Amino acid sequence: MDTFALTIAAILMAGAPLVLATLGETLTEKAGIINLSLDGSILLSAMAAFACSATFDSPWLGMAAGAAVGAAIAGALGVIGIFLGQSQLAVGFILTLLSRDLAYFLGHNFSRQPGPDLGLWTVPGLGKTPFVGLIFGSQSPVVYLSLAAIAFSWWWMYRTEGGMRLRAVGESPRAAFGRGIRVRLVRLCYCLAGGALVGLAGGAYSLAVKPGWGRPQGCEGAGWIALAIVIFGGWHPVRTALGAFFFAALQVSGIYLQELFPSIPAPVFQVAPFPMMILTLLAVNMGRVGWVQDIVRRHPFLKALSRGWSIEAPAALGQDFDPKKGL
Amino acid sequence: MNRDSLLAQIGWLALALLLALLLTVIVAWPAGAPPLETIYVLFKGGVSSWSKVGRVLAGWVPLTLCSAGLLIPFTARLWNIGVEGQVIMGAIFCTAALRPFEDGGGTGVILLALAASVAGGAFWALLAGLLRVFGRVHEIFSGLGLNFVALGVTLWLIFGPWKRPGVASMSGTKPLDISLWLPRLGNLSVSWVGLVLACAAVVLVYILLHRTKWGLKMRAVGENPKAATLFALGPRRRLLQAFMLCGGLAGLAGATQVLSVYHRLLPNISSGYGYTALLVSMMASFRLSLVPFICLFFAVLNVGSIQLPLQLNLDSSLSGVIQGVMVLSLFIVQGLRLWLRQRKEAD
Repeated sequence: MDTFALTIAAILMAGAPLVLATLGETLTEKAGIINLSLDGSILLSAMAAFACSATFDSPWLGMAAGAAVGAAIAGALGVIGIFLGQSQLAVGFILTLLSRDLAYFLGHNFSRQPGPDLGLWTVPGLGKTPFVGLIFGSQSPVVYLSLAAIAFSWWWMYRTEGGMRLRAVGESPRAAFGRGIRVRLVRLCYCLAGGALVGLAGGAYSLAVKPGWGRPQGCEGAGWIALAIVIFGGWHPVRTALGAFFFAALQVSGIYLQELFPSIPAPVFQVAPFPMMILTLLAVNMGRVGWVQDIVRRHPFLKALSRGWSIEAPAALGQDFDPKKGL
Repeated sequence: MNRDSLLAQIGWLALALLLALLLTVIVAWPAGAPPLETIYVLFKGGVSSWSKVGRVLAGWVPLTLCSAGLLIPFTARLWNIGVEGQVIMGAIFCTAALRPFEDGGGTGVILLALAASVAGGAFWALLAGLLRVFGRVHEIFSGLGLNFVALGVTLWLIFGPWKRPGVASMSGTKPLDISLWLPRLGNLSVSWVGLVLACAAVVLVYILLHRTKWGLKMRAVGENPKAATLFALGPRRRLLQAFMLCGGLAGLAGATQVLSVYHRLLPNISSGYGYTALLVSMMASFRLSLVPFICLFFAVLNVGSIQLPLQLNLDSSLSGVIQGVMVLSLFIVQGLRLWLRQRKEAD
């Protein structure tokens, strides 16, 4: 039982940055913008967070720096994509490569240096509780941060007027514009907010999950997985978070698998999440393929199941909106 | 865009380059890179001797092969981000074909290896294509995932079945017999075979896209896939063909890395050329005529950047930063042009 609880604690920890990044991207994509720069963004903000916390000896200042860097990159994408009308996919991809190289270039002097990390928070009185105590009694602050972020994003998206505006600009920018919402501005705001969350994910890597900075840091590729998890989670904050924990569980079990199959070289397990990413995307998308839909339609049980499972991307995802062209 | 005069076009390009320079200085100066000295070291490191020119050309070959190939799927509006993995797969298939000839072989064996590398790259690209066409998995994710899988296969081979007798390390498999190396150009580190292959690839892609019906139909598929279905242009088949052609050229790039640069399989066999090639094709705005020159420029930056850690104690990734900033600046300037024109039309 204890091993089980500790495994869950490990999964929560490994999943925390993924949750932050996927929630950030969910917010951005809900507003209709695809931010493809996640992978480089996470790396650059991880570097910034570590460099800042090592310089000023304050990990929380580091987290703030990470969030600022993430927001800055997303802001660049937002301005070039929304206001200058360039391809979001192309700009996002360029920003990924650029941020990655920038992270290695600027982080050169901080490589393999000692620096503070966020440490663990102890919840008073919880440590003695048998099962829950092992999971939450003494955890990294990023775990609490990620759990709070899940609850907050769900509440914001589905229970507030701001969330309604967010979904409106992503689903039907013309209608939103007609109701007096400044579509481009709202989109830019969610681009920045989402980017800040992605930046926190970077900070969570370099200050908590894989403390330190170096080349490679160990979070390379996480951004791409996060982008796929958003699709897997159907642009719903709770489902994306579950997806992130699912992938974290795979990573954690990779460590066990390594012990089970010592003949397979360790580096191979590091790429294991990527075939999983392709397979999950395949599984999610197969539901929209014609012959699969035919089978589903004929079986009432599958039909009911598919209703719970079906996902729809925000209708205006990746599409430009130009208010001058009007309604 | 075509309405502008040549002078205006050059002016906009100059503005983009100026912006790129400015942005690079802004990010590089605080990191301890004096602008003029850094540029001097970069270019001196790339072109100051014949041996360096040889290395630049050795980098130009795979970069041009990948960038030219990428224009084919881009014509059909497809993002072949998996080109990096296709380079790696080409290198793996090439090495596999050479393994029975450890003690040496002739031209026939090298030709066999080249053919195998094309098949390897095309196969890996086909996987991404099939996932897109039949599984509805966006090619960005399938391609990217397959890049990492290809890297995993390389690592597994190097540390497992193909490990060097005695030691298994990141330094790769056992070096090839010298009779399996591609013939060099004089005493430069670039092979003339590689140069011929890269030039041939550019010509081939030009003919395919601009001088054949196949290319015309491919453009139609890219412009309007729904109409292409109605007109029975077979968009699915064409998308797969585009992927495979690009993958084949990328595979060839992997073979040149094995046969004329590293002479073995190592984890970093692709040297990131696949990702750089994506930048090149965007920088060229998908115009084939510009691709060889941009590749040359990027190759000079890559070779020159090796001097940065030695002379200025800077990380060599500055070359990647400059490449990225240049492409980004071009997009910003293009966007500004668009914005200005729209404002003029609105008035």
